[in-house]
Amino acid sequence: MRTLSYVEAIREALAEEMRRDPKVFILGEDVGQYGGTFKATKGLIQEFGPDRVIDTPLSENAIIGAATGAAIMGFHPVAEIMYMDFLNECGDQLVNHLPKLHFMTGGKLRVPVVIRTQYSLGRNTGAQHSQFFPSFFMNTPGIMVATPSTPADAKGLLKTAIRGNNPVLFIESAALYTTKGEVPEGEFNVPFGEADVKLQGHDVTIVAVSRMVREALSAAEALLSDGISVEVIDPRTLMPLDMETIVTSVKKTGRLVTAEDGIKTSGVGAEIIARTMETAMGYVEDAQRVACPDIPAPFSPPLQDAYMPGKYTIIEAVKGMMGIHKLVNADCK
Amino acid sequence: MYESMLKQRLLDEKVVELYKKGLIQGIAHPCLGQEAVSAGVMANLSKEDLVVSNHRGHGHSLAKGVSERAMLGELMGKETGVCRGFGGSMHSSDVECGMVFSTAIVGGGIPLAVGVALALRMNKKTNCVVCFFGDGACNTGAFHEALNMAAVWHLPVVLVCENNQYAVSTPIAKSTSGHIYLRGEGYGIPGQLVNGMKVLDVYEAASIAITRAKKGEGPTLLECETYRYTGHGPYDIGLDYRTQEEIDRWKARDAIITFEQKLISQNLASSQELQTIRERTRQRVEEALEFAQRSPYPRKEQLSEHVWA
Repeated sequence: MRTLSYVEAIREALAEEMRRDPKVFILGEDVGQYGGTFKATKGLIQEFGPDRVIDTPLSENAIIGAATGAAIMGFHPVAEIMYMDFLNECGDQLVNHLPKLHFMTGGKLRVPVVIRTQYSLGRNTGAQHSQFFPSFFMNTPGIMVATPSTPADAKGLLKTAIRGNNPVLFIESAALYTTKGEVPEGEFNVPFGEADVKLQGHDVTIVAVSRMVREALSAAEALLSDGISVEVIDPRTLMPLDMETIVTSVKKTGRLVTAEDGIKTSGVGAEIIARTMETAMGYVEDAQRVACPDIPAPFSPPLQDAYMPGKYTIIEAVKGMMGIHKLVNADCK
Repeated sequence: MYESMLKQRLLDEKVVELYKKGLIQGIAHPCLGQEAVSAGVMANLSKEDLVVSNHRGHGHSLAKGVSERAMLGELMGKETGVCRGFGGSMHSSDVECGMVFSTAIVGGGIPLAVGVALALRMNKKTNCVVCFFGDGACNTGAFHEALNMAAVWHLPVVLVCENNQYAVSTPIAKSTSGHIYLRGEGYGIPGQLVNGMKVLDVYEAASIAITRAKKGEGPTLLECETYRYTGHGPYDIGLDYRTQEEIDRWKARDAIITFEQKLISQNLASSQELQTIRERTRQRVEEALEFAQRSPYPRKEQLSEHVWA
C-alpha cells in the first residue's frame, strides 16, 4: 500500500469529500492560497475555488457561528481553527450553540459541522499554543471528538466525520503531521466509537491518545525486553468512547495506564479510569495516569521536555505498577 | 401589521399572567412595547426569507408565522411546543415558516445569521436573513466579528437592533458609547436610526434594507429605538432602575394605540373593525392556551432523544 504523511492523509480526505458532495466546503483563517498554517488545505483552492475554500477574517467565534448557520441550511462545513488553544475564542458558538442546537430544537435542526484543529505540544510553542484539552468536550454533550494518531485514521475518521449528521471536533497533533503510514486509496471510512487495539499483551493495558499512541508503542517495545507484555489501545474517538474494548482488555491485564498530552486533572485518563472502575473494579489491580502536570505548557526547551509525557514516563508508570524499581531518571527523557 | 402587533401584545400579556400564576416556569422575556419592530420588519418578508432571533423572541416568532399554539406549547414545556418542549421560551425553530432559530445567548445569533446568509448565497437564492438582537448584544465581540464578516463578504443579512434602552437593568447611557447605528459605518455597513414605536417607520426602513440585501448589496444595520414595558422578565416592571414616569412616557407613544388612531383618523379602518380583529386575536390566544394546557409533556424516555442526529 502507498504511504502518506498524516497531513497528506487529511488533505486527501478533504479533497475526496469535496469532490463527492458539493455541500462540503472549508472555511478558516489562511486556508485558501496559503493552504492553511500547517498546509492541510494546500492546493484545494485551486481545485475547488474560493467559494468552497473560504479565507475568513481572524474571528474564531464568527467562524464557528457561520459554519453552524450554514450547516443548519444543509451544508457540511469543515472549519479550521489554527490552534486548539483558539477554540477558547469560539467558546460561545462552540459550547453554547453548536452542540445544543439539535437538542434545543427538539431535533429539528441538524448541524453537521466538522471543526479541524491541532495541538502543538512538543513544538516549543508556549502556554497559549500547546494546549490539548479534549476532556472539556467530552464534558459537553452534543459534539463528537476524534483524535487520530495515524495517517490512515486521520483520513478514515475525517471522512466519517464529514459524512455524519453531528458536530465533530477533529483534533490533530502537529507533532504527527510529518509522520508517515500506509493509507488506503479512495473510499476508506473509520467508524467512530471503535477503538483500535494496536498491540496485544497481557500484563498492562495502555490507553493512549493522539501523539501518545506512538510513544506507547515505543514504550511497549522497550518494556518487552524487560519481559513486560503491554496491550496498547487507541480509542481513536473520545466521544463516543469505546469502553467495551478498554474494559475487556483491563479484565485481562488487571492494570491500566492512560497516556495523553492533556493536563492530568479531570483529563481523558481520569474519565477512562473512572468508567473502568464503574464496570470492572474487581479486576483492576492498579491504574495510573500519564499526562501533563497541572501547569501551563512552558516554552524553554528543557522545561518543555520535563513537562511533556512520553515513552519514558509511560515506561516509568508501567514499571512502577509491575513492582520494578525505577530505572529511569528524568534526564533520560 | 396591526394584527401582527396585536398578536404579540396579547400573547405576551398572557405569558405575564401565566408566569405570575406559576403556569410558565423558568425564564420568559416578554416583548411588550416592542411589537412594532417585528411587525414592521416581517411585513417585508416572504416565507422563504429567514429570521434569527434572540432571547426576547416570542414576538419575532409570531410575526414570522409560528403559531400561537406552538409558542404557548413551548413556553409551557409541552410536546406540542415549537421545539417539542426541549427549548423553552428562548428557543424557537420552525424553518418551514422561515424562523430559523432563536438563541438565549446575547449576541450569539449574529454569527449564526451570517452563516445562514452565506448558505443562501452559496445556494444562489435571492432571499435574505434578518437577525434581531438587543442593544446589549452590540457590546459583545460576536456583534463585531459578525458585522465585519457579513460586510466583507457582502452577505444578504439585515441586522435589526431593538434598542429597548436597557441591558437587563443597565441603561444604554452607562453601557454603550456612541450610537449603535453608527457602528455599522466602521465596517462599511449603512446604518439607520429608526423610531421603533412607529410600525410604518420600521416598515419603510426595513424595506430599503431588505431590498439592498436581496440585490446583493450587503448588510444594513437598523437601530430601532423602542421600549419594554415589563422589566427584563415578566415578574416586575423594573422600577428599581427606572421611573414610572419614564415608563408612562413611552407608553404614551404605544405603537399599537397610535397605529389604531392613525388607521381610524385616515379612514383606513373603523374602530369596530379593529375591535373585531382584537377579539379574533384574543380568541386565538385563548384557544392556543387551552391547546397547550391539554397537550402532554414530553415523556421521560425522550430525555436523550435529541442529543445526536
